[in-house]
Amino acid sequence: MAGSIAVIDYGMGNLRSVWQAVAHVAEGREVQVTSDPQVVAAAERVVFPGQGAMPDCMRELDARGLRPVLLDAARNKPFLGICIGQQMLFEHSEEGDVAGLGVFAGQVRRFPGERMVAADGARLKVPHMGWNEVRHSAPEHPLWQGIADGERFYFVHSYYVDPADRSIVAGTTDYGIPFTSAVARDNIFAVQFHPEKSAHAGLALLANFIRWSP
Amino acid sequence: MALAKRIIPCLDVTAGRVVKGTNFINLRDAGDPVEVARRYDEQGADEITFLDITASSDQRDIILSVIEACAAEVFIPLTVGGGVRVIGDVRRLLNAGADKVSINTAAVQNPDLVAEASAKVGSQCIVVAIDAKQVGPDEWAVFTHGGRNRTELDAIAWAKRVQELGAGEILLTSMDRDGARNGFDLALTRAVADAVDIPVIASGGVGNLQHLADGVSEGRADAVLAASIFHFGEYTVRQAKEYMRARGIEVRL
Repeated sequence: MAGSIAVIDYGMGNLRSVWQAVAHVAEGREVQVTSDPQVVAAAERVVFPGQGAMPDCMRELDARGLRPVLLDAARNKPFLGICIGQQMLFEHSEEGDVAGLGVFAGQVRRFPGERMVAADGARLKVPHMGWNEVRHSAPEHPLWQGIADGERFYFVHSYYVDPADRSIVAGTTDYGIPFTSAVARDNIFAVQFHPEKSAHAGLALLANFIRWSP
Repeated sequence: MALAKRIIPCLDVTAGRVVKGTNFINLRDAGDPVEVARRYDEQGADEITFLDITASSDQRDIILSVIEACAAEVFIPLTVGGGVRVIGDVRRLLNAGADKVSINTAAVQNPDLVAEASAKVGSQCIVVAIDAKQVGPDEWAVFTHGGRNRTELDAIAWAKRVQELGAGEILLTSMDRDGARNGFDLALTRAVADAVDIPVIASGGVGNLQHLADGVSEGRADAVLAASIFHFGEYTVRQAKEYMRARGIEVRL
C-alpha cells in the first residue's frame, strides 16, 4: 500500500482527532487507524499516538503483537510519535516504573509537582495543560519548516522525556523547568504536544511529516 | 515564556443551533455551531466548549452530529457538556470527536461516575462543571439542574473532592453572575483555584474584556470562558487576547 499512512491503534483512547487531522493534510493519501501488524508493515509512514498511562499503553501494545512491526517502522519509515507515543520510544518511565521500547536512550520523568513555580512566583499545576512555546534546536529540522521558532502548541501531560543523547533534542519548552518537547533522529520525529489539536501550527507540522523524505 | 492563559468561547447549543440566553431564558439565536466554531478558531480561540442545553432526551443525539462536523474542521480542543449521565454518554461524545467531556449534575448525584470515567478515558478528558451560588460570606453552595436545585455541597470542598475522584479540570460557573455581564465572581474563582491543583476555568458574568483579564489576574483562573461577548460580535477572541497581553497576561496570539 504505497503512500498510505498508518495511525497505530492499540486500544488506548480515541484516535479520531489524530486521524482527522492527518487526513486533513494527507493530500488524498489513505490514512488508516489500525491495530493490524500487516497494515502497519505495508504502510509508507507511521503515526504513533498515545494517551493514558504508559504502563497500560505498553501492555496493550504487546497484547496486540505490535512491538516488532513498530520497532521495524522506527528503523525504516518516516515515523511520528505523539505524546505517550513519544514517551514509549524511550528506555524507561517513572510512570509505573515501566520499561519502554528503548528506541532512544533516556528516561521519562514526572514534573516535580509542588516544587514547580513560574517566573512570577505563581504555582504551576500538573498536568501541564494548554498552549506553550516550543523552541527549535539547531540545526533546523524539515518538520519545523514554516513553523516559527517559539510557536505555541497544545500540551496535556504530567511526564516528559529526558534523552541521554542531547543531540536528538529537536524542541524545548519551559514549564517550571526546561524540558524536551520534541526529539528527532534519522527517520523519527516525536513530540510531547498534540499537533492534531494545535490549530494551524499543528496542521503545518503534520503536513511537513506527510511530505518528509528522511 | 510560559504556558498561555486560555480563552474559551462557549456555545450553548439546542436543536443544532447556538443560542445564548440571560439566566437561561430569552434564548437568542446566535447561528450555526460549525460556522461559529470555525470563526472562533480563526480568531485564535484556545479551545471551544459546547453546552448541550437540549431539554428533551429524544433530541440528545443532535449534539453528536454537531461535534462530528466541528471536529472535522476545527483542530483545537473541543469540550462538550450538558446531559452527560452515564459512561456511555462520555464515550459517545469522545467518539464523535470531543476531546473533553464536562459532567455536572450527574457528578453530584453519582460521584463514582467521575472516578469511573477518568479511569477509563483518562483524567485529561474529564471536566467537572460546578455551578455555584453564594450563600454566605465566603461561602458558596453547589447547585444542579442548571442552577435550579441547591445541594448540601460546599463548592470549595466539592472542587477538592472531584480532583481526588480524577477530574482533569474544573469548569466553575457563578450562578449569581451567569448572564449578568458584571464580571466573574472573583472571590469564588480564587478560592477554588487556590484549593485545587488541576486547572480551573472561570465562567459566568463576562461583560467586557477587563472581566476576562480580572478572572486570570485576580481570580487566578487558568482559563476564562465567555459566550455572549463573542457571539454578537462585540469583541473578537483576538481583541480579548490583545487586551490581556497588554495587561501582562501570557496568551497565544
